[in-house]
Amino acid sequence: MASLRSFLRSGKNAVSAVLRREFHGTPPAAVQVTVRDALNQALDEELERDERVFLLGEEVAQYDGAYKVSRGLWKKYGDKRIIDTPITEMGFAGIAVGAAMAGLRPICEFMTFNFSMQAIDQVINSAAKTYYMSAGLQPVPIVFRGPNGASAGVAAQHSQCFAAWYGHCPGLKVVSPWSAEDAKGLLKSAIRDDNPVVFLENELMYGVPFEMSEEAQSKDFLLPIGKAKIERQGNHVTLVSHSRMVSLCLDAAAVLAKEGIECEVINMRTIRPLDAEAIETSVMKTNHLITVEGGWPQFGVGAEILARIMEGKDFFICF
Amino acid sequence: SVEEFLNGARVVVSARTYADFTPQATFDIKKCDLHKLEEGPPLQAVLTREEGLQYYRTMQTIRRMELKADQLYKQKIIRGFCHLYDGQEACAVGIETGINLSDHLITAYRAHGYTLTRGGTVREIMAELTGRRGGIAKGKGGSMHMYTKHFYGGNGIVGAQVPLGAGVALACKYLGNNEICVCLYGDGAANQGQIFETYNMASLWKLPCIFICENNKYGMGTSVERAAASTDYYKRGDFIPGLRLDGMDVLCVREATKFAAEHCRSGKGPILMELQTYRYHGHSMSDPGVSYRTREEIQEVRSKSDPISMLKDRMLSNNMASVEELKEIDVEVRKEIEDAAQFATTDPEPPLDDLCNHIFYNDPPMEVRGTNPWTKLKSVS
Repeated sequence: MASLRSFLRSGKNAVSAVLRREFHGTPPAAVQVTVRDALNQALDEELERDERVFLLGEEVAQYDGAYKVSRGLWKKYGDKRIIDTPITEMGFAGIAVGAAMAGLRPICEFMTFNFSMQAIDQVINSAAKTYYMSAGLQPVPIVFRGPNGASAGVAAQHSQCFAAWYGHCPGLKVVSPWSAEDAKGLLKSAIRDDNPVVFLENELMYGVPFEMSEEAQSKDFLLPIGKAKIERQGNHVTLVSHSRMVSLCLDAAAVLAKEGIECEVINMRTIRPLDAEAIETSVMKTNHLITVEGGWPQFGVGAEILARIMEGKDFFICF
Repeated sequence: SVEEFLNGARVVVSARTYADFTPQATFDIKKCDLHKLEEGPPLQAVLTREEGLQYYRTMQTIRRMELKADQLYKQKIIRGFCHLYDGQEACAVGIETGINLSDHLITAYRAHGYTLTRGGTVREIMAELTGRRGGIAKGKGGSMHMYTKHFYGGNGIVGAQVPLGAGVALACKYLGNNEICVCLYGDGAANQGQIFETYNMASLWKLPCIFICENNKYGMGTSVERAAASTDYYKRGDFIPGLRLDGMDVLCVREATKFAAEHCRSGKGPILMELQTYRYHGHSMSDPGVSYRTREEIQEVRSKSDPISMLKDRMLSNNMASVEELKEIDVEVRKEIEDAAQFATTDPEPPLDDLCNHIFYNDPPMEVRGTNPWTKLKSVS
């Protein structure tokens, strides 16, 4: 009755409003989600799904996360599942690896990956190599995550990109998401993966909103580790990138499009295992390749991609 | 007839039945030095005949296994690193008798003894040393990377196993299974920063972790006086209560471990034990072990404090076993080691297509680049 009364009172506008409501189907609700919130969702969902999952790191609990990625989780899950550590990376990374060996599924946060250097022995020698050295007796299901690469004016000690260093080691999976969907789907996959995964986020991407499809909003949305995504189709040149530099590539592609140059932008999503096939397929089409990364060029991610392309079976066909 | 009777009597007299042996005896053991503890382990230990024979057999097995490994190494059948445990047997055996197989243990690279006490067989340990497919890690781990259930190695990086052990203890507390983790390191590792980081977190979070420092007086070639400003390793945990005890006496080690395990299981948090022990060999097979210590010192420990001799003397002087019986055990142990060495020498090496397996767990098979881009190797989980 209330709606009939307001309808009669508001006159013409109300009629058209009612008509609009009745005859327009609403499209699936895509929402804007920041990378930070996507990570938070992924953590929340995985903590809820599996009792053995827990998060430890500096300021992850009562501070809500140094970059607020773990906001609200301590309130919801408590001291047992969300653990604040002292500033002792080597110690707590080792503790996390030991917990993984004994059957839990820890997520070990480094406030930035620069500090992971203090603990890199535990990541490589204790986590990555153990399954191999034990000939399959001892798996290590752990995720090391945190911001990687340059931030805004934080100086050399706080700006290193570790994709190449971790990408060098067998036994590790190394993931580097760009968008909110990447962040959510890949973090969930990383947590469910039974192997050590290094998950390289980027501080400057945390606040960037992306459209997240309805499918991506589901609690079981996973993205496969080891598969790149073509963010933009093009025929003239392939731009390969990961993390924040994907944004840079898309911006560059927009500028070049005005000059009639269509770039194909590939978002690597995973550093190791590298999706060389996706890059090769693209280069076969465009015959031009540029790698764009935040790390140093020597012995870097781009160097590896170029080496693979040049060693690839189709390289000489390009000529 | 009288002859028959006398023959029968001779037989009866010369055979000693088990009914003749003392079933158990109580031994005085040395008092432990205590740190931040009101009371320590008991000053007496009860040893039954069965226990004594079992400890003797296990210690003798470790001893002979390590000596056989020495031999095989010199014949170049074992290569790479080989860190021998002879002299320290009472530690491994004593600790295991103080805990359960359902508890957890982690140590550094001097790990062959622990691999045995934690359920490995001599065969699979020796075959792992020789790098054969029958090895406990299929020949892919070697001396320093052997694993069994609830035994996390065998770790090559000095000190790294200590945070790992605390992590295992965290899992025990998290899962509420009343299990504990024994986390071992040496006097050399005791100065590592990550160990102090671990003391801090284990104490803060009351992890059920027994930290054990096996102090064999030398970190490779450096004596404890030259490496540590404080050689009271049992006090280095500061806020963590500690015990220092004779690591050559298997009963001392057992009682202290029981005491420490009880402490952890009751929720009081971590505890630290320092076992004073000695290794007869050098740091590893590439170290003769006499450039930084005298042969006289080694000989003195062998004659005065050998753990196997100590147990043997105790049992014999208390009529808990006979010389023949112990000799019989020696013979059996020797045979077991010979068989194992034979197996370890003749078992084939792992097949080449095992080279790239076990990179990832629970993953579909993948291709791995070989030495050149056209050689692809297969990897399965």
